[in-house]
Amino acid sequence: MTARVAAPTVADRLAVAAAEPRSSLWRETSRRFRRHRLAMVGTVILLALLVAVLAGPLAWRLPINEIDFKAKLKSPSWSHPLGTDDLGQDLLARMLYGGRISLAVGVAAMLIAISIGTAIGATSGYLGGAIDHTLMRVTDMFLSLPGLPLLLLIVYLFRDALRKTLGPEVGVFILIVAVIGGLRWMPVARLVRAQFLSLREKEFVESARGLGASPLRQVVRHILPNSMGPVIVAGTIDVAAAIIAESTLSFLGLGFPPDIPTWGRILFDAKDNLDFAPHWALFPGTAIFLTVLSINYIGDGLRDALDPRKVLGK
Amino acid sequence: MSKYLLRRTLISIPVLAGISAVLFTILALAPGDPFEELATNPNVPAEVRMNLRAKFGLDDPLPLRYARWVVAMARGDWGFSFVSRVDVDTLILQRLPATLAVLGAASLVAILIAIPIGTYSALRPYSIFDQAATTLAFIGFSLPTFFTGLLFILLFSIHLDWLPFIYRADISATGWQWYWEHVRQAIMPVAVLGLFQAASMTRFMRAAVLDVVRLDYVNTARAKGLSEGTTLVKHVVRNALIPVVTLVALQIPNIFGGAIVTEQIFRVPGIGSLLIASILANDTPVVMAVTFIFSCLVVVSNLAADLLYGWLDPRISYR
Repeated sequence: MTARVAAPTVADRLAVAAAEPRSSLWRETSRRFRRHRLAMVGTVILLALLVAVLAGPLAWRLPINEIDFKAKLKSPSWSHPLGTDDLGQDLLARMLYGGRISLAVGVAAMLIAISIGTAIGATSGYLGGAIDHTLMRVTDMFLSLPGLPLLLLIVYLFRDALRKTLGPEVGVFILIVAVIGGLRWMPVARLVRAQFLSLREKEFVESARGLGASPLRQVVRHILPNSMGPVIVAGTIDVAAAIIAESTLSFLGLGFPPDIPTWGRILFDAKDNLDFAPHWALFPGTAIFLTVLSINYIGDGLRDALDPRKVLGK
Repeated sequence: MSKYLLRRTLISIPVLAGISAVLFTILALAPGDPFEELATNPNVPAEVRMNLRAKFGLDDPLPLRYARWVVAMARGDWGFSFVSRVDVDTLILQRLPATLAVLGAASLVAILIAIPIGTYSALRPYSIFDQAATTLAFIGFSLPTFFTGLLFILLFSIHLDWLPFIYRADISATGWQWYWEHVRQAIMPVAVLGLFQAASMTRFMRAAVLDVVRLDYVNTARAKGLSEGTTLVKHVVRNALIPVVTLVALQIPNIFGGAIVTEQIFRVPGIGSLLIASILANDTPVVMAVTFIFSCLVVVSNLAADLLYGWLDPRISYR
């Protein structure tokens, strides 16, 4: 009797398996993600920040650029919950508006990085040979480019021209997003290539090939969906890195112009008034920190949830 | 080993050529003309402007201009700073030591923090120490350097009034006092940059030790009677450092980005703050040269990482 409990027959196992509700890959992943406590905290904080910057300006109606010298450099109070800057502009309104830009830059730059990285990694991994070799040399070279100096150089050389043709906001946005994304695709390309190298030899791809699937169909329908796990993790971390990159640029005074108060830009304006208006720097800095920390924890949770090794030992 | 070193050095030459090509392409694609001001000046006839363009070779085909630029850079002829009115290479040589000193000290701080903490965390995984260290490391690399810098100034300079927040090159004190003042003003920039590096390094170190410590050869080392300390240092840490070096080498461009920000916040007279100042002053020759220097520094550090790699794992240098 005891032996039967310890080693159930195949038929028993099948019965148990059939009785369990079928759970899809994504439901499994989300179940494992929800078990990562800090990742869940990160998700909640990030969602709260998102709701705040998207809906906040509708609820908090103070203009972002109303100059009021009587209320200059005020500490937080009921009329200005986050205080005011040296022109008496309301910091809550400015941060809610600037947060939209900061987060939008992060997401857009991540999408660019992932698209370039996936395209190059997929080409390299699927075709192999000389093309693979050349593309990987190019990737290695891009990995040794000095990111921030190059970013500064490009912004410096192209800013005025783009501002003239596309207007100050759109021009700077496109420039910053394109350059940050264009300098961050290399890790994704390497990950996708590694996935492709192992997946293209797997039986299910072979059978698709045997059934006459075109190379494009093999890649898009069979290999790519199975190689997305690490890309999702890398993409999450990229959002955080892009937000930091934009804030750094703005903090150095070379990102967005003063009338677009991204969080980094507010810090740039605040840094010379640290001794008598610390709140001015603390709030945007904390916002950047909380956003990046939440995104990093979400990335960590996703990595655990998407790791196929974890599936076996659940 | 010397053959390995030679091979790695030769490989970095095409990388440098590629980087210089990227830099030159960006410069060539950029809108704007150095003689633009002359075009709007009615006193300068059009043919004078054309002759000037021809004299400086601006109308030549791109590959020729690239070749000339590379040769000039290689010969140390980096142009003339419009703003400072000195040769660019003199300017950079004045500023480079400060940058290298801060970066070197910060890396040392990072190594001294990360290796012991990461190792100890991995030896007692999920203990209170490990959880505290992991959380702090997460916070550390989520804090952007510019915010850490401002927080340090707020706490140590303004609130506690312990440390100066502006870096001064002209300290009048003499003797020990002079050294002490220099150390005091370097504490905050080095700490900001060092803690930033230490955060990610601790995580890498913990993961690497966790992988290594379970392996059979560690048990063998213990079984043949080596002390716990020797096992740890010579067998566990040394092998765990191999993947850590790879990961840290990938972080190098990030570290230089952090250095620029730190120099700018604390006004350290290094090449990072020179870069920002030249950009704000439209001093193109200096901007180009500093960017190129940063590229060279990245390539040299990657080479150093390769060297370290060969020393840690002798098999690599024999392949």
